[in-house]
Amino acid sequence: MIEVESLTKKYGSTTAVDAVSFSVKKGEILGFLGPNGAGKTTTMRILTGYMPATSGTARVAGCDVANQSLEVRRHIGYLPEAPPVYPDMTVAAYLDFVARIKNVPAERRASCVSDAMHKTNLDDKRDELIKHLSRGYKQRVGLAQAVVHDPDVIILDEPTVGLDPKQIIEVRHLIKGLAGNHTIILSTHILPEVSMTCDRVVIINKGKIAAVDTPQNLTTQLRGGQRVRIEARAPEAALREALTHVEGAARIQTESASDGRVLATVEAAEGQDIRGRLASAIVEKGWPLFELRGVSLSLEDIFLELTTDDSAHAQPAA
Amino acid sequence: MRSFYAVYRKEMGHYFVSPVAYVVIGVFVFVTGFFFTSYIGQAILAGLQGMQMGMTQQDLPGEVMRAFFGIISLLILFFLPMLTMGVYAEERKRGTMELLMTSPITETQIVLGKFFASLSLYAIMLVPTAGYLTYMYFHSDPIPPWRMMLAGYVGVLLFGGALLALGTFLSSLTENQIIAAILTFTAFLMLWVLNLGANASSSVGAVLGYLSVIAHYNDFTKGVVDTSSLIYYLSFIFLFLFLTVRAVDSLRWRRA
Repeated sequence: MIEVESLTKKYGSTTAVDAVSFSVKKGEILGFLGPNGAGKTTTMRILTGYMPATSGTARVAGCDVANQSLEVRRHIGYLPEAPPVYPDMTVAAYLDFVARIKNVPAERRASCVSDAMHKTNLDDKRDELIKHLSRGYKQRVGLAQAVVHDPDVIILDEPTVGLDPKQIIEVRHLIKGLAGNHTIILSTHILPEVSMTCDRVVIINKGKIAAVDTPQNLTTQLRGGQRVRIEARAPEAALREALTHVEGAARIQTESASDGRVLATVEAAEGQDIRGRLASAIVEKGWPLFELRGVSLSLEDIFLELTTDDSAHAQPAA
Repeated sequence: MRSFYAVYRKEMGHYFVSPVAYVVIGVFVFVTGFFFTSYIGQAILAGLQGMQMGMTQQDLPGEVMRAFFGIISLLILFFLPMLTMGVYAEERKRGTMELLMTSPITETQIVLGKFFASLSLYAIMLVPTAGYLTYMYFHSDPIPPWRMMLAGYVGVLLFGGALLALGTFLSSLTENQIIAAILTFTAFLMLWVLNLGANASSSVGAVLGYLSVIAHYNDFTKGVVDTSSLIYYLSFIFLFLFLTVRAVDSLRWRRA
């Protein structure tokens, strides 16, 4: 559905996007993960026909974004970073306007508008002026505008930014619900968001693709092994000693907390689940064990790993 | 066509949802009404003086009409920048330009939709002034030829259309509507200054006279629809709308 080949965008002497290539299959949700200024927005803007690339090609639904821009724009719905709304319009009037400029035929317009409002839970705000809506509702209006013409491809630039936790969950459900019939690209800098909604992830940093894979593969591959956090009441040195004897445990860090408790972090060798062994090692000594859990890597960890460590992981898989 | 109409409709809605349209129309009607009554007063006075001096043939209604169209042309230099200053500047600032430019709609459709919306609002502004002249038409002797009034309005519309096209273009150059307004005021003022130079009796004056947006307007107020003036205004409008389309298109390339 979307094929991007060695796409490059330069602003003067700075390169915002550097030879990026990836593809998205029909019905897939692709997550664009990267820190601010990594080139996510620029890539999306090129895909939507908002700005031309310096070099490289991108095709959406078989049409070239540079030469068949109008045709491409017919196939996409796009939510920019800031929802592109007119504050003086009501929600319904605004969505009607968007449906018109997206070439929705007159007889389907009313149903498209109410569908979009229904999907984004805006039914009760239909006649409110957009300027009176809260940040979260404006974001939903932005989402509704991106889906009102039932496009093949939906491009969402940080769709959950500025929403409260409940709304974030709603938006994630909405995005998942749209998948299948629609191909979706969304950008974010929140790792859990990607693992919860996306089929595949493109990690982008400083304009370059650092990795392309499924969220599951990416986290296990990058983790190399497992990291476990332990909270127990025990003498710090003794606990350390006991943990070093557990088979497969490495890089043990401890720090004492209040109330005689100790927090310990243990990394396991690749491919081993050492949580059971750690638990029995502590319980055997008769120490009260308060907590023991596997820790997933944060985005920062992944970035550190991808940008500083060996580049073995950094080969794009697709 | 459908996309053009969508943009046109949105722009008209925007004018009338915000207080802009009401304030501009209200003040314009008040100021033109003030000038109209004062011209009528002067005409009555001049008529009485003429009668005392034994003049029988006086075209007083025609003179009122010429003076009135003259003052409208001066007033719109101040009113029309308010209609165009936000047309693109606001759109860029709000980020809605991103919506328009990623929708299946051409720059030309956007530019024409916005231009005709501002032209329509301008036409609505002029409707009450036609009421004044119609009132005079039915109460004057000799009755002024209605063609003269029609020619005057064709001229007012073309002249205003040219100003709106220029203002639209200047608004597309900046994100800030105050800057757009100042640029537009300055440009209109320059047109006016250029016209003063056109009165000089030299070859330079003749050239300036041909280029002057205001000089071409004077024919219309005398009831003459000159083809060269007609073509002059239409080309002027076309030129600036074309430049606006280019300016909007260039946003894609300029954005950093």
